[in-house]
Amino acid sequence: MGLPTGRLAVWWVVASEIVIFGGILGSYVMFRLSHDSWAEQAAVTNTLAGAFNTFVLLTSSLTAVLAHQAAERGDGPRAARLLHFTVLGGLTFLIVKAFEWTYEISHGYTIGSNLFWSFYYVAAGLHGLHVIVGMIIMLFVARTAKRNEELHRVENIGIYWHFVDLVWIFLFPLLYIAK
Amino acid sequence: MAEHATAHAHGETHHTNYVKIWAILLVLLVVSVVGPEFGIRTVTLITAFGVAIVKAWMVAHYFMHLNIEKKWVVYIMVIMLAFMLAMVGGISPDVLKHDGHNWEKLWEEPAPGAGGGAH
Amino acid sequence: MSAHAASHAEHGHHEQGFVRKYLLSTDHKVIGLQYLFTGMLMALIGGFTVYVFRMQLAFPGEEVPLWGRVTAAQYNALVTTHGSVMIFWVAMPVLIAAFGNFLIPLMLGCDDMVFPRLNRLSYQLFLLSALILIASFFVPGGPFGGAWTAYPPLSADPAYNATPWGATLWLIAVALEFVAFLLGGINFITTAMNSRAPGMKMFDVPIVIWMIVLASLVFMASVGPLIAGAIMLLFDQRFGTGFFNPATGGDPVLWQHLFWFFGHPEVYVVLLPALGIVAEVMTTFSRKKLFAYRTVIFTAIATSIISFFVWAHHQFVAGIDPRMAGLFTVTTLIISVPIAEMMFIYIATLYGGSIRFTTPMLWALAFIAEFLIGGVTGIYLGAAGSDVYFHDTYFVLAHFHYTFFPIAFIATFAGLTYWFPKMFGRMMDERLGKIHFWGTIIAFNVIFIPLFLTGAGGDHRRIFDYSLFPELAGLQGLRVLATIGLLVLIAFQPIFIYNFINSMFRGKVAGANPWRANTLEWAAPSPPPHGNFPEMPVVYRGPYEYSVEGRDEDYWPQHVPPDDPKRPAEQVA
Repeated sequence: MGLPTGRLAVWWVVASEIVIFGGILGSYVMFRLSHDSWAEQAAVTNTLAGAFNTFVLLTSSLTAVLAHQAAERGDGPRAARLLHFTVLGGLTFLIVKAFEWTYEISHGYTIGSNLFWSFYYVAAGLHGLHVIVGMIIMLFVARTAKRNEELHRVENIGIYWHFVDLVWIFLFPLLYIAK
Repeated sequence: MAEHATAHAHGETHHTNYVKIWAILLVLLVVSVVGPEFGIRTVTLITAFGVAIVKAWMVAHYFMHLNIEKKWVVYIMVIMLAFMLAMVGGISPDVLKHDGHNWEKLWEEPAPGAGGGAH
Repeated sequence: MSAHAASHAEHGHHEQGFVRKYLLSTDHKVIGLQYLFTGMLMALIGGFTVYVFRMQLAFPGEEVPLWGRVTAAQYNALVTTHGSVMIFWVAMPVLIAAFGNFLIPLMLGCDDMVFPRLNRLSYQLFLLSALILIASFFVPGGPFGGAWTAYPPLSADPAYNATPWGATLWLIAVALEFVAFLLGGINFITTAMNSRAPGMKMFDVPIVIWMIVLASLVFMASVGPLIAGAIMLLFDQRFGTGFFNPATGGDPVLWQHLFWFFGHPEVYVVLLPALGIVAEVMTTFSRKKLFAYRTVIFTAIATSIISFFVWAHHQFVAGIDPRMAGLFTVTTLIISVPIAEMMFIYIATLYGGSIRFTTPMLWALAFIAEFLIGGVTGIYLGAAGSDVYFHDTYFVLAHFHYTFFPIAFIATFAGLTYWFPKMFGRMMDERLGKIHFWGTIIAFNVIFIPLFLTGAGGDHRRIFDYSLFPELAGLQGLRVLATIGLLVLIAFQPIFIYNFINSMFRGKVAGANPWRANTLEWAAPSPPPHGNFPEMPVVYRGPYEYSVEGRDEDYWPQHVPPDDPKRPAEQVA
């Protein structure tokens, strides 16, 4: 069908991820609309931390796409460097998340305290898992890219990373802004 | 479509300024954070979710290169989203009405936060 | 990850030890057979459980040979295990994964899947899921007893299901299995899109490959919400959330929706490959072109799409919005149109053909006949009005066994007996095959026709001991008849197993193309070596050119160049 096999497979991965996140976010939206009382809970979440994390992920998406650009020009080492920046972005995201969760859990907002918090931890946790998986794969891709090998993988992992970014773009208003 | 594909393969002909896209995304992020400060529900919804859709579109369009990808890839993603909308549409008549349609609920739902959000 | 696998796929053409060759192989044929044998072993578990609980229903309270007395909790666990094993660990791996892995590269004329190591990972995850499910038999409380649909609160709260560990292990096993099939499905779709033989256009692809790829697509698009739901249910079971618990503001009906949004398309996920297998067998043994090849494909696509809009017909009595019940009645009745069309197409394929009643052909014909009964009885259940009366009775049970048994067993037997020569290079015994066929088909009808009657007579499903319902005592004779049918059915299966194993080593040597069929897998030697084809085939025509006028032979393989009008390239029988 005219698409390189690796990229084609990544698009199918993204397609299957759309329905996984669609299932959990769809459930959340339906519950949220029928529980006005959740606004109070949502007010507890730290909007600034969420906004900072959005900024981090958007920036890591930028480095991912710049890595792709470098890979297309055949500049493997530069692509690897930019991928490492992207991984660093993912790491920052997870650290901020860890601080947020520690604060919230230590203030009694645990996964079982209310359905809002259940969704908060499960949806963000599932997303965080995808961030971790993406970071691990990206380290492998960066290792080969550095030697100017398998440069097409830089684009493939980039597509996946942008998708993870996309999910967060929706999680941010759903969990942090809408009050 | 064919010439797009070749352009993509060579990677030289598309001139998207990624930093500019990123800057626009950051501006939109600020808008979505500032929006709720007005305290008007409609404004909040538009700045939160309207802006999120625009941001998502920009990431998909420029970063994931759906602008130069084969068109059917876009269709597949849209179809997946449409299935999700259909699913939510089919479920919501039930799940949006926890109290049901024809019966009385005999117990009180616990007050918000009382479940354990004790500070 | 997947691309990573591809670069290392070049190993493996040298001699390997047993473990490397059969357990850690990346060869699609070996992986296909791994899925097949795992599925067959799991079928033994599924068969044994049904034997135990059917004996309990026919002779309540008596000792069951090989088991002992059945307790109510054991009964629940047995029913649950039977349902989940037969669907998730027999029908899915055999129909999609085994046939898909074995056939896709062979029928497309390529040397392997595009991601061989991803393929191996998919099997290993699947095996792990099967082992986790088996492990749940040995935990405190026993295996999960909340039915294969796992409705909360029964599945969420150990206080109700009494199987705290079994429930969690079951959920993890099912979720892992979904991930395995997602990986496998991505591999199938990508392979079918990108590595067809030169000259093979989209409409030269054999129906069975179309069907398996479509099934993988349907699976991929429908399973996501249930994966999300399974995570939510896992947290409900183990971490004190209340997603499906009304007391905390959750909603148990949400699970039913998420489950059936997958669960109904799942029926078509296994049905489509079965229809594909039947199409291949029927055209070969009717020596006739498939009637309306493109219509079959478009009909299958239409079925796949409509299958996403029928799910709530499983929930008519769950208190769903009555307006939605009306809507889903309409969509459910609509989906019978493309399926009926498919049946007519297959019958039209038979019309005027010169039919050879080989064992695979008998199974294919039986598929049409038996599935038709399953489809027609579904009409009563698809209409909300009548479903209210039939819901959760043995009528429902008989209905879906008339769909699933043809899918998971009849079509599988058709496929196994048809492709056995390709898999192992030897023919199966026709006489034993026919004895097994008639024994199985007759016994199958003896089981389930009585169950239609007990269901219509008021027998509710999931009842452990009917002697507690004296008003239903008149139906006991039918229940015993069904159990006797089951015993006969089970008694005939060793014939197949014997035939299978014996033919593997001592059957008549088959040659490359024993059935004189057209599709590309018959161009490879039997069994195909690593890399499949000595010389990569080129495709010149569609897959069903049988009995073409003006040719000496009544078949015209896809890979034979047109400038050789006399005979197929190789002449082996």
